Amino acid sequence: MDTVIHVEGLEKSFGTTKALAGVDLTARRGTVLGLLGPNGSGKTTTVRVLATLLRPDAGRATILGHDVVAEPAAVRARIGLTGQYAAVDEALSGTDNLMLIARLLDMPRKAARVRAAELIERFGLSDAAKRRVRTYSGGMRRRLDLAASLIGRPDVLFLDEPTTGLDPRHRNEVLDQVRALAADGVTVLLTTQYLEEADQLADDLVVIDTGRVIASGTPASLKADVGGQRLHVRPLHRTDIPTVSTILAGLTDETPVVDASGELTVAAHEPGLLHVAGGRFDEAGLVIAELGLRLPSLDDVFMTLTGRTAEDAEKQATTTDEEVAA
Amino acid sequence: MTTTAVAPGTKPRPPMPIPDIERGRHGPSTIRHGLTLAWRGVVKTIHSPEALIDVTLQPVIFLLLFVYVFGGAIAGNTTEYLQFALPGVLVQTVVFASAGTGVGLAEDLHTGIFDRFRSLPISRSAPLVGAIMADLVRYLTSGVIMLILGAILGFRMHTNPLAVVGALGLVMVFAFALCWVFTALAMLVRQPRSVQGIGAMIMLPLTFGSNVFVPSDSMPGWLQAFVNINPVSKVADAVRGMLTGGPVAGPATTALIAAAVITAVFAPIAVTLYRKRA
Repeated sequence: MDTVIHVEGLEKSFGTTKALAGVDLTARRGTVLGLLGPNGSGKTTTVRVLATLLRPDAGRATILGHDVVAEPAAVRARIGLTGQYAAVDEALSGTDNLMLIARLLDMPRKAARVRAAELIERFGLSDAAKRRVRTYSGGMRRRLDLAASLIGRPDVLFLDEPTTGLDPRHRNEVLDQVRALAADGVTVLLTTQYLEEADQLADDLVVIDTGRVIASGTPASLKADVGGQRLHVRPLHRTDIPTVSTILAGLTDETPVVDASGELTVAAHEPGLLHVAGGRFDEAGLVIAELGLRLPSLDDVFMTLTGRTAEDAEKQATTTDEEVAA
Repeated sequence: MTTTAVAPGTKPRPPMPIPDIERGRHGPSTIRHGLTLAWRGVVKTIHSPEALIDVTLQPVIFLLLFVYVFGGAIAGNTTEYLQFALPGVLVQTVVFASAGTGVGLAEDLHTGIFDRFRSLPISRSAPLVGAIMADLVRYLTSGVIMLILGAILGFRMHTNPLAVVGALGLVMVFAFALCWVFTALAMLVRQPRSVQGIGAMIMLPLTFGSNVFVPSDSMPGWLQAFVNINPVSKVADAVRGMLTGGPVAGPATTALIAAAVITAVFAPIAVTLYRKRA
């Protein structure tokens, strides 16, 4: 197995804020490494260090064996970066944006034109190729951005929340492209707040919170770490949440976690829990809208590891998210 | 950029396409990449002509206002005043335009496109050099527009075409020097609005506290002292000399020295601040 990205004890502070407090991770060739964490956990800082945009205070990071601090030029020649904000020029056309990057990569004009056309085609932007990016939709911009980071056929691609702000259809388009790239042998480091996305896409996962790695492994192994099945209960009336919580706590010796939809979750160590709990709710005269056992989702992993729900993390992200959740 | 060494710990890898396509271009990379990025700036301007307003319409309005509103009061009649003011407004235009360079860069820093540039295997200062080269084209456009409008309004050049080219050249050199000041400012404050605000604070005293619009004779002594050391006055004097006759060598030399000093001080500051963002 050859390691493409290798990070050891990475630290970075901004003033008194410690953004990275010792991050370790590795990524194997042709795999997607998902870097998962809430806003402000250090995902973007990690990517910026790896993409040679930030200098770490301590620790070491290598891309294909090249140190990001000592040999930034060698690293830059091998990487592609798609940041959180579409890094394309609004005033230029789609083709011109790609031509610009191709020319900066010292491709001869003709080769640059061929490569740009190839990527325009691949990302379904042919109809809009000659239009200014200003007229593009969010999804088109993202795709163009991704295309721009692929011009130089990078070995390593950094995608910092590539689907933020995209509707589900465009999100899937981007995810499909990422999958195809990994299949072509590109090593992808993808940051995301979407657990579902990480679950679908990543071969390996690193969960970080407040600049520290709190868990790593394959999605399956992380789910296994969190334990077996979980009991989910949603009372019809929100006012019943405390009573349900007390009953569950009494049965499992664990405090259930409540999410924004009013669903309570608790680890189900005893197989009979579903039945017993159902009986107790009946006795208490509670109306239950949903009750069931489920295998842990990455949501549960996240919650177990950080003590916060992923929704809490997303709420911190933007006020619009907050409005939607409320 | 010819990194073919296989790092320890990694298996030998198949040759990557990048080195194959890399050999297409030659020459010093900062200039080459700077030119590519300047092309971006120029294409951008062509695609959105509204970005040219600050170097076209704005100076046109300035010239019309000054000549027809104040001209009579300052110089007795507007024709006389146009002869005096046009060379100065030419200088003022590029001073204003050079501040626009700072605002444009501050905007770029926020779009994420600079992150992309900085993650490419190109010279670190190429994006700055490119932006400035592209803006020189803008300055030249505005200078030419001013001269054409001046001619339409009745400005009479008393010298030869070579002197006109010289005047434009001097103005461009001075604008090039000044735009480093605004570039450094953009790297320091980063917010486009703040760059614009602080830029105006620098530009207004620099242009109005000069002999661009009014000869300094009528000003109080302390102000005259400032006006006389203000490099904008020297550039205006030299441009006047080259367009309408009068001493050139003295003010032009002072102006060029000032430009050299400004560049020597602010270009390294701008580049250092830009690099420090990494």
